[in-house]
Amino acid sequence: MSAVVNAPAHDHHEDHGHHHKQTFISKYIFSFDHKMVAKQFLITGLLMGIVGIGMSILFRIQLAWPEQSFAIFEALLGKWAPDGVMTPNIYLALVTIHGTIMVFFVLTAGLSGTFSNLLIPLQIGARDMASGFMNMLSYWLFFLACVIMLCSLFVEAGPASSGWTIYPPLSALPQAIGGSGMGMTLWLVSMALFIASQLLGGINYIVTVINLRTKGMSMTRLPLTIWAFFVTAILGLVSFPVLLSAALLLIMDRSFGTSFFLSDIFLDGEVLSHHGGSPVLFEHLFWFLGHPEVYIVILPALGITSEVVATNSRKPIFGYRAMIASILAIGFLSTIVWGHHMFVSGMNPFLGSVFTFTTLLIAIPSAVKAFNYITTLWKGNLQMNPGMLFSIGLVSTFITGGLTGIILGDSTLDINVHDTYFVVAHFHLVMGISALYGLFAGVYHWYPKMFGRMMNKNLGYIHFWVTAVGAYGVFFPMHFLGMAGLPRRYYTNTAFPYFDDLADINVIVTVCAIITALVQLVFIYNFFASMFYGKKATMNPWKSNTLEWTTPVEHIHGNWPGELPVVYRWAYDYSKTNSDGEYVITGQDYVPQNIPMQENEEDLHH
Amino acid sequence: MTVFLVIIVLALLAVTGWQISKIFELSKSPDADTSQVANNKDNENQGKLMMGFAVFLYLLMFYCFWTFTNVTLPDAASEHGGKYDNLMLISMLLIMFVQIVTQALLHYFAYKYRGEAGKKALFYADNDKLEFIWTIIPVITLAGLIIYGLFTWTDIMSVNEDEDPLVVELYAQQFSWTARYAGEDNTLGEANVRFIEGTNTLGVDKEDSYAQDDKVVRELHLPVNRPVLFKLRSQDVLHSAYFPHFRAQMNVVPGMITQFGFTPTVTTEEMRNNGDIVDKVERINDIRRENGDDSYEFDYFLLCNKICGQAHYNMQMKVIVESEADYEAWLAEQATFGESMSEE
Ligand code: HEM
Ligand SMILES: [Cu+2]
Ligand SMILES: [Cu+2]
Repeated sequence: MSAVVNAPAHDHHEDHGHHHKQTFISKYIFSFDHKMVAKQFLITGLLMGIVGIGMSILFRIQLAWPEQSFAIFEALLGKWAPDGVMTPNIYLALVTIHGTIMVFFVLTAGLSGTFSNLLIPLQIGARDMASGFMNMLSYWLFFLACVIMLCSLFVEAGPASSGWTIYPPLSALPQAIGGSGMGMTLWLVSMALFIASQLLGGINYIVTVINLRTKGMSMTRLPLTIWAFFVTAILGLVSFPVLLSAALLLIMDRSFGTSFFLSDIFLDGEVLSHHGGSPVLFEHLFWFLGHPEVYIVILPALGITSEVVATNSRKPIFGYRAMIASILAIGFLSTIVWGHHMFVSGMNPFLGSVFTFTTLLIAIPSAVKAFNYITTLWKGNLQMNPGMLFSIGLVSTFITGGLTGIILGDSTLDINVHDTYFVVAHFHLVMGISALYGLFAGVYHWYPKMFGRMMNKNLGYIHFWVTAVGAYGVFFPMHFLGMAGLPRRYYTNTAFPYFDDLADINVIVTVCAIITALVQLVFIYNFFASMFYGKKATMNPWKSNTLEWTTPVEHIHGNWPGELPVVYRWAYDYSKTNSDGEYVITGQDYVPQNIPMQENEEDLHH
Repeated sequence: MTVFLVIIVLALLAVTGWQISKIFELSKSPDADTSQVANNKDNENQGKLMMGFAVFLYLLMFYCFWTFTNVTLPDAASEHGGKYDNLMLISMLLIMFVQIVTQALLHYFAYKYRGEAGKKALFYADNDKLEFIWTIIPVITLAGLIIYGLFTWTDIMSVNEDEDPLVVELYAQQFSWTARYAGEDNTLGEANVRFIEGTNTLGVDKEDSYAQDDKVVRELHLPVNRPVLFKLRSQDVLHSAYFPHFRAQMNVVPGMITQFGFTPTVTTEEMRNNGDIVDKVERINDIRRENGDDSYEFDYFLLCNKICGQAHYNMQMKVIVESEADYEAWLAEQATFGESMSEE
């Protein structure tokens, strides 16, 4: 199939004639073109992000001022907020859908869907994805998943409310919580579609990277973005099917009376017939995806950061091969650490020891990456574009959040912080905020490639600084709530007078969250306004080496008007000099990948 | 309502900031650089802001540790808790050290090497020695942590039957806890949800002779310095038995019995006189007085720490640690399972 889609692109660019008449529908809606699909993923992801972050603001307001009446609750939540007071059930539903949307819809589909699609063909020198059709299908399945997830918000008994981890029996039994009825069914259907979308996308990314690299583009000349997307896609392919099977078994338990996860249950005055299943089995299956999932979220962000930091430092990324090795090591190790979510689940404590070991192992490649970023800045000539700021911000939050992982990964220490706000603080910094920064860095950096215009840098600066301060303001104090023993997923802590003195911290966190969320409007404005009023971009605004900047600003089907570019060097020849101290190309501190080796240039790298 | 006003004000502030920036932009002179790529001035400003941000981050961390440490849990009230706290302290010191060093380098480099037109960056792609060093250092430190952690873990999780621990069942249901003491024979009677009937809400097997002396209660009393082994059972969904003050937690899983053992070492009375707790309770009571709530006295508690439904946030049980004598006296007053069943 791939050949069919790719070949025509080749042909009809030779004659410079115009592509077949594209209708509005084939160009903007059911588009096969990877650049259009990327934009579709991005915009859908951003819209879902608005919903997800909006939800977090609602439940943060409840946490800071518990059980008080707010007009905004009444307006948005309707019957779930009688007299403007949020009910416990909708609190749990909001937390659940917030988590689901942010992790899957924004940071998996929105981030890797966007940038894998945009950058894989452009940076490896291919005319399109291996299969444009599958790519289109991948987006539309994702879109459908979004629609169903949003619809689930409106069902009578409420949306899924058992946490984004949907542990049964709570998620299996509508008698246990209202959201486990129709709401949960829709959640499962939506996620099944989502997984299908991820698998189609993933296969496509892998095949494209393996098969469609242009002449000269060996694996060790690939930009680190591509390495990150490649390993991410493999991880998704390995782990998403396991979630699918968990979901299928759960569906059977829910609807067909099987007992995979259920046993010995007494609810509403009667004993259920289920016998012999184990919820711990579900936890294993869920986290077999769940942990790789957090790397599926963060690896693309790290890949983007590598590219943006190198370009804007005007220096090669430090330790290119070590970076690839780290990505591979992280990819491999991330599939054998899932048990660190289950130290106190009732599984054999010996398993806990094994998972502590593998978990602390994974800290090593992560540390190597952080050190390499810092060294890349050293003696650079840093161009402080908004994308660069977000990349530096990512390194900062990745370190802060990663370090607390050393505490959570230690089975002993996890005993007392498991499921407290300490965990919430940890994963938001290391995965949520870091990946979000990666997304922003990518958008600011490749916006000119996507839309042919520049985003406004001053708005970008405002966006970055307020977000950077606000995000730490939200999540740093949150560690202390956890160390005070405060559990997560609590509708209010007023049931425990012991926690009364946490009220101040909760208010600080919420105020910072509101400010941070509001400043995202600056970004949204900048994003949409620049599409129409932004300054027209030049071909290579950031003076970058990678191939995407050799394509014309105007998008064409097939990416390059003439022949495909040929690659002669790696992607990081920034500020490379000859032995006489002059730049390799006089007056220019970068050498794009498609420039052949120059006379008396030393071959330092591949 | 004031709260709502605060929010509105903040919202307006943010919107104002945004509007100002737009005006600022519109008013820029036409010859200003409009390429939207960072120029010398941007590099200069943003580089300095990076340094400013580092200062902010350090102040924030300092402020948090300074003012919020007093909300964190007091010293552990269990035997293994001391080891837990120790390991926590070591890990915390270690990660804060790394945090302080790496964040300083990151932001300092961002400031120091801020760009300037015409400046030459150093082409510096590799250094095997450097990379080896910063691979090996984490390897060694982490190995130390792992070894220390694993010894502690094995120690905590393995139940020493020779010590003859007091066996107590904790029974979880939406949204309450019940405790069942094993009685004279220190052996719990068999139980299953299929036996639940009338007042036998825990589904204890009436026929089982071990069950007759079991005692079912709604408040957990523990004798100080005696090992306790909790057997955890749930009748409906997952719950988690979390005793923050004792550094103890284990999930409660329907269909299986999980367990966790610890030895309480500080009585409720002693904990109430612990300096940190005295301060904390005082602060809490100040807040409560202001809000017109009744005053609070410290007690240990058990809480549910696994999302279990709408009242998950209020699934708790009072825990009292007392002298062996007080405990025996309290226990003697409780009816046995056999007695309460025959009353019917
Ligand atoms: C303004 C930004 C955000 C704020 C203020 C926020 C706040 C919170 C809070 C307070 C919780 C815990 C609620 C509870 O346990 O009761 C939570 C849960 C969660 N958040 Fe966020 N969050 C934000 C952004 C994000 C992002 C970017 C992600 C992406 C990974 C994310 C993913 C999650 C997940 C996975 C959960 C767990 C949901 C669950 O417990 O089932 N959040 N969020
Ligand atoms: Cu994990
Ligand atoms: Cu519970």
